[in-house]
Amino acid sequence: MLSIAARELRSLFLSPLAWVILAVVQAILAYVFLIQVEVFLQWQPRLAGFPGAPGLTAIVVAPVFHTAAIVLMLVTPFLTMRLLSEERRSGTLALLLSAPVSVASIVLGKFLGVMAFLGCALILVALLPFWLLLGGSLDFGLLAAGFLGLVLLVAAFSAAGLFMSSLTAQPTIAAVSTFGLLLLLWLLDWGSTTGAQGAGELFGYLSLLTHFEALLQGIFDTRDVLYYLIFTALFLLLGIWRLDGERLAP
Amino acid sequence: MNNTASMKSETLVSAAHLSRYFGKLAAVDDLSLELQRGEVLGFLGPNGAGKTTTMQMLCGTLAPSTGRISIAGVDLLEQPRLAKRQLGFLPEQPPLYRELTADEFLHYCGRLRGMSRAQTGDAVIRVKGRCGLESSGSRLIANLSKGYQQRVGIAQAILHRPAVVVLDEPTVGLDPIQIREIRDLIRELGEDHGVILSTHILPEVQAVCDRVQIIHQGRLVLNENREQLARRTGQRVLRLGLHRPPAQEVLGALAGVQQVEALSEGHWRLTFSTDHGDAGELAARAAAEDWGLFELVSEQRSLEEIFVELTCGESYAENEVPAEVA
Repeated sequence: MLSIAARELRSLFLSPLAWVILAVVQAILAYVFLIQVEVFLQWQPRLAGFPGAPGLTAIVVAPVFHTAAIVLMLVTPFLTMRLLSEERRSGTLALLLSAPVSVASIVLGKFLGVMAFLGCALILVALLPFWLLLGGSLDFGLLAAGFLGLVLLVAAFSAAGLFMSSLTAQPTIAAVSTFGLLLLLWLLDWGSTTGAQGAGELFGYLSLLTHFEALLQGIFDTRDVLYYLIFTALFLLLGIWRLDGERLAP
Repeated sequence: MNNTASMKSETLVSAAHLSRYFGKLAAVDDLSLELQRGEVLGFLGPNGAGKTTTMQMLCGTLAPSTGRISIAGVDLLEQPRLAKRQLGFLPEQPPLYRELTADEFLHYCGRLRGMSRAQTGDAVIRVKGRCGLESSGSRLIANLSKGYQQRVGIAQAILHRPAVVVLDEPTVGLDPIQIREIRDLIRELGEDHGVILSTHILPEVQAVCDRVQIIHQGRLVLNENREQLARRTGQRVLRLGLHRPPAQEVLGALAGVQQVEALSEGHWRLTFSTDHGDAGELAARAAAEDWGLFELVSEQRSLEEIFVELTCGESYAENEVPAEVA
């Protein structure tokens, strides 16, 4: 399982795609970061008067992480699209399936490989706020909650992408359907403001966004964490089930 | 595993009553096969006969609809991970990661088969020597020629010294020299492993296989070892050209003649039973009776003819496309 993950990570870094993604993500987030620092500097005199006003971390870090979530939602499908579809297309799936490893470890290995890469991207993002230590102090609790939220979110993205990749031999199809699914789940929140009471609550609950926002505000709720864990586990299981089913029945 | 005497008669693969349906189509229908250690089994069939499906089932990448498979005494369906340790598989399309170097790829394969880092290192050096890849280790697989990619594919299949090596059309797309080298390698592998070789290249089978199974429309139509096959191909066939041929009955009455076939004006093909059909005798007879002999060619019934006979008979009758024989 670990060797599958290691190979996946290696292959990612051998392709220019990974480097381009890291660069693009970092450039966009650095820009957002600078804007937010600017915003904070403008507001600082007025905020100083209020007790309990949002601090440096809330004003700068939360929007950066929020943007990071959106950018990663756009980017993850490109990383996950090749995971299984490419193996299927190039015939290397036979190598994995005829090797003494279970289907579960193939899927988990792939997932860990992508997570390791996205982990690198996230660490780069999380390093941005540390520049603020030069001239101020940070709320590390809030920062950690936000970071945890990002990790959970990205895990959910990857699992969904991995499943979509298991369905097809065409990476592009996997990417588009992953992106469609993620966007839909993201926007599901909109439905919660209209429609019937029960349906609205359900949509709000299912949305990927709502649970992330709570964490961004520093509210650590087990339900939010569980939501992402269940989401991730569900799609990984679907991926395993799908790959195993291919072997069994036509 | 060091006892050579017991290794000889060890059954490595035993598959019983395998069937695989794709929807209503039976790709493989009630097929059984066995492979002993030290044996190269040629698995033949026209395109679409179910060869690849059978290979996939034997290697656990496709589950059979019915039937049992055991690899080196371990049930493939019940203990897949244990059974697959004894298995090396080269699918029709070699499973290579083009962005890795040959060394990286082989190391990955070793780790995938549960070998330790040190074991893998030794094994990679060993198989590279065996497959002629010594100087290609640090090259990207994408930059290797087709023949070398195929070698990496074979190296991957024998890396972990599996008891059973399954090769699906390993010499496709190679040049004649490479084909000869790969065949030598397969024969070598057959000495201490069991090899299943799927192909539709008949000379290849005659060159390397100890036993031949021919599959047609998902069913086994022939299962014979080298001796049995030699008996089949042992019939002598003489083609002769005569300016002043006698009546066909006269030719048919020659000693040992089983079949007389008129080919074209003055040309005949005579099939003799084993131990008959000496060309010299026939020439003497033709001279003595003034048949005007101008051509006398000895033909051997080849595997190809047997193959065509077994797989085309029905196809022609059903007005289908005849089997393609390379």
